Amino acid sequence: MDIDGLRGMAKTIRRDIIRMIAEASSGHPGGSLSATDIITALYFKVMRHDPKRPGWPERDRFVLSKGHAVPALYSALARSGYFAVDLLWTLRKFGSPLQGHPEMGRLAGIEASTGSLGQGLSIGAGMALAGKLDKKEYQVYVMIGDGESEEGQIWEAAMAAAYYRLNNLTAIIDYNSQQLDGWVRDIIELEPIVDKWKAFGWHVIEIDGHDLHQILKALDEAKATKQMPTVIIARTVKGKGVSFMENNVEFHGMAPTAEQKELALRELS
Amino acid sequence: MSCKRVYGMATRDAYGKTLVELGKENPNIVVLDADLSKSTKSALFAKEFKDRFFNMGIAEANMVSTAAGLATCGKIPFASSFASFLMCKTFDQLRMSVANPHLNVKLVGSHGGISIGEDGASQMGVEDIALACALPGFVVMVPADEIATRALVRLAAEYAGPVYIRTGRPKAPFVYQPGVRFEIGKANVLREGRDITVIANGLLVQEAMEAACQCSEKGIDVRVVDMHTVKPVDVDAIIQSARTTGAIVVAEEHLLSGGLGAAVAQVAAENSPVPMGFIGLRDTYAESGLPEELFKKYGLTSLHIVAEIEKTIKRK
Repeated sequence: MDIDGLRGMAKTIRRDIIRMIAEASSGHPGGSLSATDIITALYFKVMRHDPKRPGWPERDRFVLSKGHAVPALYSALARSGYFAVDLLWTLRKFGSPLQGHPEMGRLAGIEASTGSLGQGLSIGAGMALAGKLDKKEYQVYVMIGDGESEEGQIWEAAMAAAYYRLNNLTAIIDYNSQQLDGWVRDIIELEPIVDKWKAFGWHVIEIDGHDLHQILKALDEAKATKQMPTVIIARTVKGKGVSFMENNVEFHGMAPTAEQKELALRELS
Repeated sequence: MSCKRVYGMATRDAYGKTLVELGKENPNIVVLDADLSKSTKSALFAKEFKDRFFNMGIAEANMVSTAAGLATCGKIPFASSFASFLMCKTFDQLRMSVANPHLNVKLVGSHGGISIGEDGASQMGVEDIALACALPGFVVMVPADEIATRALVRLAAEYAGPVYIRTGRPKAPFVYQPGVRFEIGKANVLREGRDITVIANGLLVQEAMEAACQCSEKGIDVRVVDMHTVKPVDVDAIIQSARTTGAIVVAEEHLLSGGLGAAVAQVAAENSPVPMGFIGLRDTYAESGLPEELFKKYGLTSLHIVAEIEKTIKRK
Protein backbone atom coordinates (compact mmCIF):
# COMPACT_ATOMS: atom_id res chain seq x y z
CA MET A 1 0.00 0.00 0.00
CA ASP A 2 1.35 3.47 -0.89
CA ILE A 3 1.25 6.52 1.34
CA ASP A 4 -2.08 7.74 -0.07
CA GLY A 5 -3.55 4.30 0.47
CA LEU A 6 -2.31 4.28 4.05
CA ARG A 7 -3.78 7.73 4.67
CA GLY A 8 -7.13 6.53 3.36
CA MET A 9 -6.95 3.40 5.50
CA ALA A 10 -6.11 5.43 8.60
CA LYS A 11 -9.20 7.53 7.95
CA THR A 12 -11.32 4.38 7.55
CA ILE A 13 -9.96 3.03 10.84
CA ARG A 14 -10.71 6.33 12.59
CA ARG A 15 -14.29 6.18 11.30
CA ASP A 16 -14.56 2.57 12.54
CA ILE A 17 -13.29 3.62 15.96
CA ILE A 18 -15.93 6.33 16.28
CA ARG A 19 -18.72 4.04 15.10
CA MET A 20 -17.62 1.13 17.31
CA ILE A 21 -17.35 3.17 20.48
CA ALA A 22 -20.59 5.06 19.80
CA GLU A 23 -22.35 1.75 19.17
CA ALA A 24 -20.92 0.30 22.41
CA SER A 25 -21.69 3.51 24.34
CA SER A 26 -18.35 3.09 26.08
CA GLY A 27 -14.67 2.82 25.24
CA HIS A 28 -11.54 4.91 24.80
CA PRO A 29 -11.58 7.09 21.67
CA GLY A 30 -8.70 9.43 22.57
CA GLY A 31 -5.89 6.86 22.78
CA SER A 32 -7.32 4.81 19.91
CA LEU A 33 -7.24 7.80 17.55
CA SER A 34 -3.70 8.79 18.60
CA ALA A 35 -2.45 5.24 17.86
CA THR A 36 -4.20 4.88 14.49
CA ASP A 37 -1.53 6.03 12.03
CA ILE A 38 1.14 3.80 13.58
CA ILE A 39 -1.14 0.74 13.69
CA THR A 40 -2.15 1.42 10.07
CA ALA A 41 1.50 1.54 8.96
CA LEU A 42 2.26 -1.71 10.79
CA TYR A 43 -0.67 -3.76 9.51
CA PHE A 44 -0.89 -2.41 5.95
CA LYS A 45 2.76 -1.87 5.08
CA VAL A 46 5.40 -3.07 7.53
CA MET A 47 4.41 -6.32 9.19
CA ARG A 48 4.67 -9.75 7.59
CA HIS A 49 1.39 -11.38 8.52
CA ASP A 50 -1.32 -13.48 6.95
CA PRO A 51 -4.93 -13.08 8.10
CA LYS A 52 -5.67 -16.58 6.79
CA ARG A 53 -2.94 -18.06 9.01
CA PRO A 54 -3.02 -16.09 12.29
CA GLY A 55 -0.86 -18.77 13.94
CA TRP A 56 1.85 -18.71 11.23
CA PRO A 57 5.07 -19.18 13.24
CA GLU A 58 7.09 -16.81 11.03
CA ARG A 59 4.68 -13.88 11.37
CA ASP A 60 5.66 -10.54 12.82
CA ARG A 61 3.92 -9.94 16.14
CA PHE A 62 2.13 -6.84 17.42
CA VAL A 63 1.34 -6.51 21.12
CA LEU A 64 -0.95 -3.66 22.12
CA SER A 65 0.25 -3.12 25.66
CA LYS A 66 -2.01 -0.07 26.04
CA GLY A 67 -4.97 -2.38 25.65
CA HIS A 68 -7.63 0.32 26.00
CA ALA A 69 -6.78 1.49 22.45
CA VAL A 70 -8.02 -1.85 21.09
CA PRO A 71 -10.73 -0.41 18.82
CA ALA A 72 -7.90 0.76 16.52
CA LEU A 73 -6.45 -2.77 16.53
CA TYR A 74 -9.80 -4.50 15.99
CA SER A 75 -10.46 -2.26 13.01
CA ALA A 76 -7.00 -2.91 11.53
CA LEU A 77 -7.52 -6.68 11.94
CA ALA A 78 -10.97 -6.57 10.33
CA ARG A 79 -9.80 -4.36 7.47
CA SER A 80 -6.84 -6.74 6.95
CA GLY A 81 -9.26 -9.67 6.62
CA TYR A 82 -8.92 -11.49 9.96
CA PHE A 83 -12.68 -11.32 10.46
CA ALA A 84 -15.78 -9.69 8.98
CA VAL A 85 -16.04 -5.90 9.34
CA ASP A 86 -19.60 -6.32 10.63
CA LEU A 87 -18.21 -7.94 13.78
CA LEU A 88 -16.71 -4.57 14.73
CA TRP A 89 -20.13 -3.25 15.75
CA THR A 90 -20.38 -5.92 18.46
CA LEU A 91 -17.51 -4.36 20.44
CA ARG A 92 -17.99 -4.74 24.22
CA LYS A 93 -21.33 -6.50 23.78
CA PHE A 94 -22.24 -9.71 25.59
CA GLY A 95 -21.08 -12.74 23.62
CA SER A 96 -18.75 -10.78 21.32
CA PRO A 97 -15.13 -11.88 20.88
CA LEU A 98 -14.31 -8.16 20.78
CA GLN A 99 -13.78 -7.71 24.50
CA GLY A 100 -13.41 -4.27 26.04
CA HIS A 101 -9.67 -4.92 26.23
CA PRO A 102 -7.77 -7.44 24.08
CA GLU A 103 -7.95 -11.09 25.11
CA MET A 104 -5.78 -13.67 23.45
CA GLY A 105 -7.61 -16.83 22.45
CA ARG A 106 -10.95 -15.13 21.90
CA LEU A 107 -10.15 -13.52 18.55
CA ALA A 108 -7.69 -14.41 15.78
CA GLY A 109 -4.87 -11.89 15.56
CA ILE A 110 -4.77 -10.89 19.23
CA GLU A 111 -1.30 -11.85 20.46
CA ALA A 112 -1.63 -11.14 24.21
CA SER A 113 -4.18 -10.35 26.90
CA THR A 114 -3.56 -6.76 27.91
CA GLY A 115 -5.40 -3.92 29.58
CA SER A 116 -3.75 -4.20 32.95
CA LEU A 117 -1.03 -1.73 32.01
CA GLY A 118 2.69 -2.42 31.98
CA GLN A 119 2.88 -6.06 30.85
CA GLY A 120 3.08 -5.93 27.05
CA LEU A 121 6.74 -5.04 26.66
CA SER A 122 7.76 -8.04 28.78
CA ILE A 123 5.48 -10.32 26.76
CA GLY A 124 6.98 -8.96 23.53
CA ALA A 125 10.47 -9.50 24.92
CA GLY A 126 9.56 -13.14 25.56
CA MET A 127 8.43 -13.49 21.94
CA ALA A 128 11.65 -11.85 20.76
CA LEU A 129 13.74 -14.18 22.95
CA ALA A 130 11.93 -17.18 21.44
CA GLY A 131 12.68 -15.78 17.96
CA LYS A 132 16.38 -15.59 18.81
CA LEU A 133 16.39 -19.13 20.24
CA ASP A 134 14.70 -20.51 17.13
CA LYS A 135 16.76 -18.32 14.76
CA LYS A 136 13.61 -16.93 13.22
CA GLU A 137 13.43 -13.69 11.29
CA TYR A 138 10.22 -12.27 12.71
CA GLN A 139 9.97 -8.84 14.33
CA VAL A 140 8.03 -8.03 17.48
CA TYR A 141 6.32 -4.65 17.86
CA VAL A 142 4.92 -3.46 21.17
CA MET A 143 2.89 -0.29 21.53
CA ILE A 144 2.91 1.27 24.97
CA GLY A 145 1.34 4.44 26.24
CA ASP A 146 3.17 7.39 27.70
CA GLY A 147 1.03 7.21 30.83
CA GLU A 148 1.63 3.46 30.86
CA SER A 149 5.35 4.18 31.09
CA GLU A 150 4.78 5.08 34.73
CA GLU A 151 4.50 1.32 35.40
CA GLY A 152 7.73 -0.10 36.85
CA GLN A 153 7.48 -3.27 34.79
CA ILE A 154 8.08 -1.26 31.60
CA TRP A 155 11.52 -0.37 32.90
CA GLU A 156 12.23 -3.90 34.09
CA ALA A 157 11.51 -5.05 30.54
CA ALA A 158 13.58 -2.19 29.10
CA MET A 159 16.61 -3.32 31.13
CA ALA A 160 16.22 -6.98 30.24
CA ALA A 161 15.57 -6.45 26.50
CA ALA A 162 18.70 -4.32 26.15
CA TYR A 163 20.77 -6.82 28.15
CA TYR A 164 19.60 -9.67 25.90
CA ARG A 165 20.23 -7.51 22.79
CA LEU A 166 16.75 -8.03 21.40
CA ASN A 167 17.16 -6.07 18.19
CA ASN A 168 14.11 -7.96 16.86
CA LEU A 169 11.99 -6.04 19.39
CA THR A 170 10.65 -2.53 18.73
CA ALA A 171 8.74 -0.54 21.31
CA ILE A 172 6.54 2.29 20.09
CA ILE A 173 5.42 4.87 22.61
CA ASP A 174 2.16 6.52 21.67
CA TYR A 175 3.18 9.74 23.34
CA ASN A 176 -0.11 11.66 23.32
CA SER A 177 0.80 13.52 26.53
CA GLN A 178 -2.44 12.74 28.31
CA GLN A 179 -3.67 10.04 30.64
CA LEU A 180 -6.99 9.47 32.39
CA ASP A 181 -6.51 12.07 35.11
CA GLY A 182 -5.03 14.79 32.90
CA TRP A 183 -1.76 15.86 31.28
CA VAL A 184 1.06 13.40 31.92
CA ARG A 185 3.39 16.26 32.89
CA ASP A 186 0.97 17.23 35.69
CA ILE A 187 0.78 13.68 37.05
CA ILE A 188 4.23 12.07 36.74
CA GLU A 189 6.55 13.85 34.32
CA LEU A 190 8.28 11.41 31.94
CA GLU A 191 10.78 13.82 30.42
CA PRO A 192 13.55 13.60 29.47
CA ILE A 193 12.11 10.47 27.85
CA VAL A 194 14.76 10.15 25.11
CA ASP A 195 17.59 10.30 27.63
CA LYS A 196 15.88 7.70 29.82
CA TRP A 197 15.59 5.11 27.03
CA LYS A 198 19.12 5.85 25.79
CA ALA A 199 20.40 5.30 29.32
CA PHE A 200 18.59 1.94 29.37
CA GLY A 201 20.57 0.87 26.29
CA TRP A 202 17.98 1.30 23.55
CA HIS A 203 18.27 2.86 20.09
CA VAL A 204 15.90 5.82 20.26
CA ILE A 205 14.06 7.46 17.36
CA GLU A 206 11.77 10.42 17.92
CA ILE A 207 9.06 11.14 15.34
CA ASP A 208 5.73 12.80 14.64
CA GLY A 209 3.44 9.82 15.16
CA HIS A 210 0.93 11.08 12.61
CA ASP A 211 3.41 11.59 9.75
CA LEU A 212 3.33 8.33 7.77
CA HIS A 213 6.66 9.09 6.05
CA GLN A 214 8.34 9.44 9.42
CA ILE A 215 6.57 6.37 10.82
CA LEU A 216 7.68 4.14 7.92
CA LYS A 217 11.23 5.49 8.02
CA ALA A 218 11.49 4.89 11.75
CA LEU A 219 10.15 1.34 11.47
CA ASP A 220 12.69 0.64 8.68
CA GLU A 221 15.48 1.97 10.86
CA ALA A 222 14.29 -0.13 13.80
CA LYS A 223 14.38 -3.30 11.71
CA ALA A 224 17.88 -2.51 10.46
CA THR A 225 19.26 -1.80 13.93
CA LYS A 226 21.69 -4.43 15.19
CA GLN A 227 22.72 -5.33 18.72
CA MET A 228 20.01 -3.38 20.54
CA PRO A 229 16.25 -2.96 20.66
CA THR A 230 14.69 0.21 19.28
CA VAL A 231 12.14 2.49 20.85
CA ILE A 232 10.18 4.91 18.68
CA ILE A 233 8.95 7.90 20.67
CA ALA A 234 5.95 8.86 18.58
CA ARG A 235 4.67 12.32 19.46
CA THR A 236 0.94 12.14 18.90
CA VAL A 237 -2.25 14.03 19.62
CA LYS A 238 -4.89 12.40 21.78
CA GLY A 239 -8.14 12.22 19.82
CA LYS A 240 -6.32 12.97 16.54
CA GLY A 241 -8.61 13.63 13.59
CA VAL A 242 -11.71 14.75 15.47
CA SER A 243 -11.49 18.44 16.36
CA PHE A 244 -13.47 18.33 19.56
CA MET A 245 -11.64 15.23 20.81
CA GLU A 246 -8.11 16.47 20.12
CA ASN A 247 -6.19 17.14 23.33
CA ASN A 248 -9.48 16.82 25.19
CA VAL A 249 -8.84 14.52 28.13
CA GLU A 250 -12.60 14.00 28.60
CA PHE A 251 -12.45 11.67 25.62
CA HIS A 252 -9.82 9.42 27.18
CA GLY A 253 -12.56 7.02 28.21
CA MET A 254 -15.87 8.51 27.10
CA ALA A 255 -18.02 7.52 24.13
CA PRO A 256 -19.36 10.19 21.79
CA THR A 257 -23.08 10.92 21.88
CA ALA A 258 -25.12 10.19 18.73
CA GLU A 259 -24.76 13.82 17.73
CA GLN A 260 -21.01 13.87 18.42
CA LYS A 261 -20.65 10.67 16.43
CA GLU A 262 -22.23 12.27 13.34
CA LEU A 263 -20.08 15.35 13.75
CA ALA A 264 -16.93 13.24 14.07
CA LEU A 265 -17.79 11.08 11.05
CA ARG A 266 -18.39 14.22 8.99
CA GLU A 267 -14.95 15.52 9.92
CA LEU A 268 -13.43 12.16 8.96
CA SER A 269 -15.26 11.82 5.63
CA MET B 1 8.44 -44.47 55.39
CA SER B 2 5.68 -43.88 57.93
CA CYS B 3 6.57 -43.81 61.65
CA LYS B 4 10.27 -43.15 61.31
CA ARG B 5 11.89 -40.34 59.39
CA VAL B 6 14.31 -41.11 56.60
CA TYR B 7 15.43 -37.92 54.95
CA GLY B 8 15.83 -37.52 51.22
CA MET B 9 16.89 -34.38 49.42
CA ALA B 10 14.94 -31.13 49.59
CA THR B 11 12.12 -30.88 47.08
CA ARG B 12 13.88 -27.85 45.52
CA ASP B 13 16.93 -30.03 44.81
CA ALA B 14 14.74 -32.65 43.19
CA TYR B 15 13.21 -29.88 41.05
CA GLY B 16 16.63 -28.71 39.81
CA LYS B 17 17.72 -32.24 38.96
CA THR B 18 14.48 -32.99 37.14
CA LEU B 19 14.81 -29.79 35.12
CA VAL B 20 18.18 -31.00 33.84
CA GLU B 21 16.63 -34.31 32.73
CA LEU B 22 13.77 -32.48 31.03
CA GLY B 23 16.24 -30.13 29.33
CA LYS B 24 17.99 -33.10 27.77
CA GLU B 25 14.74 -34.63 26.57
CA ASN B 26 12.98 -31.56 25.22
CA PRO B 27 14.69 -28.61 23.49
CA ASN B 28 11.61 -26.45 24.06
CA ILE B 29 12.13 -26.41 27.84
CA VAL B 30 13.48 -22.99 28.85
CA VAL B 31 14.11 -21.78 32.39
CA LEU B 32 13.89 -18.32 33.94
CA ASP B 33 14.91 -17.18 37.38
CA ALA B 34 14.99 -13.89 39.27
CA ASP B 35 18.48 -13.99 40.83
CA LEU B 36 17.69 -16.87 43.15
CA SER B 37 18.77 -19.74 40.91
CA LYS B 38 21.27 -21.06 43.46
CA SER B 39 18.45 -21.29 46.00
CA THR B 40 15.60 -22.45 43.76
CA LYS B 41 18.09 -24.89 42.16
CA SER B 42 17.32 -23.80 38.62
CA ALA B 43 21.07 -23.09 38.55
CA LEU B 44 21.54 -26.81 37.85
CA PHE B 45 19.74 -26.29 34.54
CA ALA B 46 21.64 -23.05 33.87
CA LYS B 47 24.93 -24.90 34.12
CA GLU B 48 23.92 -27.49 31.52
CA PHE B 49 21.89 -25.36 29.15
CA LYS B 50 23.31 -21.85 29.15
CA ASP B 51 21.42 -20.78 26.00
CA ARG B 52 18.05 -21.83 27.38
CA PHE B 53 18.42 -20.22 30.79
CA PHE B 54 17.47 -16.58 31.35
CA ASN B 55 18.38 -14.86 34.55
CA MET B 56 15.95 -11.95 34.55
CA GLY B 57 17.45 -10.27 37.59
CA ILE B 58 15.46 -9.18 40.61
CA ALA B 59 12.43 -8.33 38.50
CA GLU B 60 9.81 -11.01 39.00
CA ALA B 61 6.95 -9.25 37.19
CA ASN B 62 9.02 -8.96 34.03
CA MET B 63 10.09 -12.59 34.39
CA VAL B 64 6.52 -13.89 34.46
CA SER B 65 5.30 -11.85 31.48
CA THR B 66 8.45 -12.76 29.52
CA ALA B 67 7.71 -16.42 30.25
CA ALA B 68 4.22 -15.83 28.85
CA GLY B 69 5.69 -14.39 25.65
CA LEU B 70 8.01 -17.40 25.30
CA ALA B 71 5.03 -19.73 25.77
CA THR B 72 3.11 -18.07 22.92
CA CYS B 73 5.97 -19.16 20.64
CA GLY B 74 5.88 -22.83 21.63
CA LYS B 75 8.46 -22.79 24.42
CA ILE B 76 7.76 -24.51 27.76
CA PRO B 77 9.05 -21.98 30.27
CA PHE B 78 9.73 -22.88 33.91
CA ALA B 79 10.00 -19.66 35.94
CA SER B 80 11.32 -19.85 39.48
CA SER B 81 11.80 -17.68 42.51
CA PHE B 82 10.87 -18.00 46.17
CA ALA B 83 7.19 -18.92 46.53
CA SER B 84 6.54 -15.64 48.32
CA PHE B 85 8.03 -13.39 45.63
CA LEU B 86 6.87 -15.48 42.70
CA MET B 87 3.22 -15.38 43.72
CA CYS B 88 2.89 -12.16 45.71
CA LYS B 89 4.95 -9.84 43.50
CA THR B 90 3.56 -11.06 40.19
CA PHE B 91 -0.07 -11.81 40.88
CA ASP B 92 -1.35 -9.43 38.22
CA GLN B 93 1.15 -10.74 35.65
CA LEU B 94 -0.03 -14.27 36.44
CA ARG B 95 -3.61 -13.11 36.08
CA MET B 96 -3.40 -11.30 32.76
CA SER B 97 -0.22 -12.49 31.02
CA VAL B 98 -0.61 -16.17 31.92
CA ALA B 99 -4.01 -17.26 33.32
CA ASN B 100 -6.29 -15.19 31.09
CA PRO B 101 -4.90 -16.62 27.83
CA HIS B 102 -4.28 -20.00 29.58
CA LEU B 103 -0.64 -20.15 28.48
CA ASN B 104 1.70 -23.07 28.96
CA VAL B 105 3.82 -21.48 31.70
CA LYS B 106 5.17 -23.41 34.71
CA LEU B 107 5.83 -21.50 37.93
CA VAL B 108 7.89 -23.18 40.60
CA GLY B 109 8.15 -21.40 43.94
CA SER B 110 10.80 -22.65 46.32
CA HIS B 111 11.07 -21.86 50.03
CA GLY B 112 7.37 -22.53 50.52
CA GLY B 113 5.98 -22.43 54.03
CA ILE B 114 7.65 -21.57 57.34
CA SER B 115 10.17 -24.42 57.30
CA ILE B 116 12.70 -22.11 55.64
CA GLY B 117 13.44 -21.11 59.23
CA GLU B 118 15.99 -18.44 60.05
CA ASP B 119 15.35 -16.01 57.18
CA GLY B 120 12.04 -15.03 58.72
CA ALA B 121 8.60 -13.95 57.59
CA SER B 122 9.54 -11.83 54.55
CA GLN B 123 10.96 -14.89 52.79
CA MET B 124 8.19 -17.34 53.76
CA GLY B 125 5.54 -18.25 51.23
CA VAL B 126 2.47 -18.82 53.37
CA GLU B 127 -0.19 -17.52 50.98
CA ASP B 128 1.17 -18.84 47.66
CA ILE B 129 -1.33 -21.70 47.38
CA ALA B 130 -4.31 -19.45 48.01
CA LEU B 131 -3.10 -17.04 45.33
CA ALA B 132 -2.36 -19.79 42.82
CA CYS B 133 -5.74 -21.43 43.42
CA ALA B 134 -7.44 -18.08 42.73
CA LEU B 135 -6.14 -18.11 39.14
CA PRO B 136 -8.72 -19.72 36.80
CA GLY B 137 -7.35 -22.75 34.96
CA PHE B 138 -4.19 -23.15 37.05
CA VAL B 139 -3.01 -26.54 38.29
CA VAL B 140 -1.54 -26.19 41.80
CA MET B 141 0.69 -28.84 43.35
CA VAL B 142 2.66 -29.32 46.58
CA PRO B 143 4.96 -32.36 46.49
CA ALA B 144 5.86 -34.08 49.76
CA ASP B 145 9.28 -35.54 48.97
CA GLU B 146 11.88 -35.92 46.25
CA ILE B 147 10.10 -38.83 44.59
CA ALA B 148 6.84 -36.88 44.37
CA THR B 149 8.68 -33.80 43.13
CA ARG B 150 10.39 -35.61 40.29
CA ALA B 151 7.10 -37.14 39.18
CA LEU B 152 5.01 -33.98 39.47
CA VAL B 153 7.55 -31.71 37.72
CA ARG B 154 7.59 -34.19 34.84
CA LEU B 155 3.80 -34.25 34.71
CA ALA B 156 3.75 -30.44 34.74
CA ALA B 157 6.06 -30.35 31.71
CA GLU B 158 3.77 -32.75 29.82
CA TYR B 159 0.56 -30.93 30.77
CA ALA B 160 -0.53 -28.14 28.37
CA GLY B 161 -1.49 -25.18 30.56
CA PRO B 162 -0.39 -23.10 33.52
CA VAL B 163 0.95 -24.89 36.59
CA TYR B 164 2.21 -23.74 39.97
CA ILE B 165 4.39 -26.08 42.04
CA ARG B 166 5.62 -25.28 45.55
CA THR B 167 8.95 -26.69 46.68
CA GLY B 168 10.66 -26.43 50.05
CA ARG B 169 14.03 -25.45 51.46
CA PRO B 170 14.86 -28.19 54.03
CA LYS B 171 15.56 -31.83 53.36
CA ALA B 172 12.25 -33.67 53.05
CA PRO B 173 11.56 -37.07 54.65
CA PHE B 174 10.62 -39.84 52.23
CA VAL B 175 6.95 -40.68 52.19
CA TYR B 176 7.15 -42.60 48.90
CA GLN B 177 9.02 -45.59 47.60
CA PRO B 178 10.49 -45.31 44.13
CA GLY B 179 8.17 -46.38 41.31
CA VAL B 180 4.90 -45.02 42.71
CA ARG B 181 2.59 -43.69 40.01
CA PHE B 182 1.41 -40.08 40.14
CA GLU B 183 -1.38 -38.36 38.29
CA ILE B 184 -2.27 -34.66 38.36
CA GLY B 185 -5.43 -34.25 40.45
CA LYS B 186 -5.33 -37.78 41.85
CA ALA B 187 -4.52 -38.13 45.55
CA ASN B 188 -2.43 -41.01 46.89
CA VAL B 189 -3.65 -43.01 49.88
CA LEU B 190 -0.54 -43.67 51.98
CA ARG B 191 -2.21 -45.52 54.83
CA GLU B 192 -5.62 -47.07 55.21
CA GLY B 193 -7.65 -46.47 58.36
CA ARG B 194 -11.26 -46.59 59.57
CA ASP B 195 -11.75 -43.88 62.18
CA ILE B 196 -10.64 -40.63 60.56
CA THR B 197 -8.72 -39.36 57.51
CA VAL B 198 -5.85 -36.90 57.57
CA ILE B 199 -5.49 -35.15 54.22
CA ALA B 200 -2.15 -33.37 53.94
CA ASN B 201 0.48 -32.20 51.47
CA GLY B 202 4.11 -31.10 51.47
CA LEU B 203 6.06 -31.64 54.69
CA LEU B 204 2.82 -32.14 56.60
CA VAL B 205 2.37 -35.55 54.97
CA GLN B 206 5.20 -37.01 57.06
CA GLU B 207 3.82 -35.28 60.17
CA ALA B 208 0.46 -36.90 59.38
CA MET B 209 2.06 -40.33 58.99
CA GLU B 210 3.75 -39.96 62.37
CA ALA B 211 0.48 -38.75 63.91
CA ALA B 212 -1.21 -41.88 62.52
CA CYS B 213 1.41 -44.05 64.23
CA GLN B 214 0.89 -42.25 67.52
CA CYS B 215 -2.87 -42.61 67.20
CA SER B 216 -2.57 -46.29 66.49
CA GLU B 217 -1.05 -46.72 69.98
CA LYS B 218 -4.18 -45.00 71.34
CA GLY B 219 -6.45 -47.31 69.38
CA ILE B 220 -7.42 -44.76 66.72
CA ASP B 221 -7.16 -46.04 63.16
CA VAL B 222 -6.09 -43.16 60.87
CA ARG B 223 -6.21 -43.03 57.11
CA VAL B 224 -3.59 -40.73 55.50
CA VAL B 225 -4.02 -39.17 52.08
CA ASP B 226 -1.40 -37.13 50.22
CA MET B 227 -3.35 -34.46 48.35
CA HIS B 228 -0.38 -33.30 46.28
CA THR B 229 -2.67 -31.52 43.84
CA VAL B 230 -4.66 -28.76 45.54
CA LYS B 231 -6.25 -27.78 42.26
CA PRO B 232 -7.98 -29.57 40.68
CA VAL B 233 -8.53 -31.21 44.05
CA ASP B 234 -9.39 -34.93 44.04
CA VAL B 235 -13.13 -34.79 44.70
CA ASP B 236 -13.58 -38.58 44.70
CA ALA B 237 -10.81 -39.10 47.27
CA ILE B 238 -12.41 -36.54 49.58
CA ILE B 239 -15.89 -38.03 49.29
CA GLN B 240 -14.53 -41.52 49.82
CA SER B 241 -12.59 -40.37 52.90
CA ALA B 242 -15.67 -38.65 54.32
CA ARG B 243 -17.89 -41.67 53.75
CA THR B 244 -15.53 -44.37 54.92
CA THR B 245 -14.03 -42.64 57.97
CA GLY B 246 -16.71 -40.07 58.87
CA ALA B 247 -14.24 -37.32 59.87
CA ILE B 248 -11.38 -35.41 58.23
CA VAL B 249 -8.41 -33.41 59.46
CA VAL B 250 -6.58 -31.33 56.84
CA ALA B 251 -2.94 -30.40 57.46
CA GLU B 252 -0.89 -27.90 55.46
CA GLU B 253 2.09 -25.56 55.83
CA HIS B 254 0.07 -22.53 54.74
CA LEU B 255 -2.40 -19.98 56.03
CA LEU B 256 -5.77 -21.60 56.62
CA SER B 257 -7.39 -19.04 54.30
CA GLY B 258 -7.64 -20.33 50.76
CA GLY B 259 -5.37 -23.34 51.03
CA LEU B 260 -5.84 -27.12 51.00
CA GLY B 261 -8.16 -27.07 54.03
CA ALA B 262 -10.53 -24.65 52.35
CA ALA B 263 -10.52 -26.69 49.13
CA VAL B 264 -11.24 -29.97 50.95
CA ALA B 265 -13.92 -28.39 53.16
CA GLN B 266 -15.75 -27.03 50.13
CA VAL B 267 -15.90 -30.45 48.49
CA ALA B 268 -16.95 -32.15 51.74
CA ALA B 269 -19.62 -29.52 52.43
CA GLU B 270 -21.07 -29.92 48.95
CA ASN B 271 -21.02 -33.69 48.86
CA SER B 272 -20.67 -35.39 52.21
CA PRO B 273 -20.39 -33.08 55.23
CA VAL B 274 -18.50 -34.60 58.16
CA PRO B 275 -16.75 -33.13 61.22
CA MET B 276 -13.49 -31.53 60.12
CA GLY B 277 -10.40 -30.13 61.81
CA PHE B 278 -7.68 -27.93 60.36
CA ILE B 279 -3.93 -27.69 60.87
CA GLY B 280 -2.21 -24.63 59.41
CA LEU B 281 -1.27 -21.04 60.16
CA ARG B 282 -4.12 -19.22 61.85
CA ASP B 283 -4.15 -15.67 60.49
CA THR B 284 -0.52 -14.94 61.34
CA TYR B 285 2.95 -14.60 59.82
CA ALA B 286 5.71 -16.67 61.41
CA GLU B 287 9.21 -15.53 62.46
CA SER B 288 12.88 -16.51 62.46
CA GLY B 289 13.90 -19.74 64.15
CA LEU B 290 14.71 -23.37 63.47
CA PRO B 291 12.08 -25.15 61.38
CA GLU B 292 11.30 -27.51 64.29
CA GLU B 293 10.89 -24.60 66.69
CA LEU B 294 8.54 -22.90 64.26
CA PHE B 295 6.50 -26.04 63.58
CA LYS B 296 6.05 -26.36 67.34
CA LYS B 297 5.05 -22.75 67.95
CA TYR B 298 2.71 -22.51 64.96
CA GLY B 299 1.03 -25.86 65.52
CA LEU B 300 2.25 -27.97 62.61
CA THR B 301 3.79 -31.03 64.32
CA SER B 302 2.49 -34.59 64.50
CA LEU B 303 1.50 -33.91 68.13
CA HIS B 304 -0.73 -31.06 67.01
CA ILE B 305 -2.27 -33.31 64.37
CA VAL B 306 -2.95 -35.99 67.01
CA ALA B 307 -4.70 -33.41 69.21
CA GLU B 308 -6.77 -32.20 66.25
CA ILE B 309 -7.70 -35.81 65.40
CA GLU B 310 -8.89 -36.45 68.96
CA LYS B 311 -10.89 -33.23 69.02
CA THR B 312 -12.48 -33.91 65.64
CA ILE B 313 -13.34 -37.54 66.31
CA LYS B 314 -15.36 -36.46 69.36
CA ARG B 315 -17.71 -34.55 67.05
CA LYS B 316 -18.56 -37.62 64.95
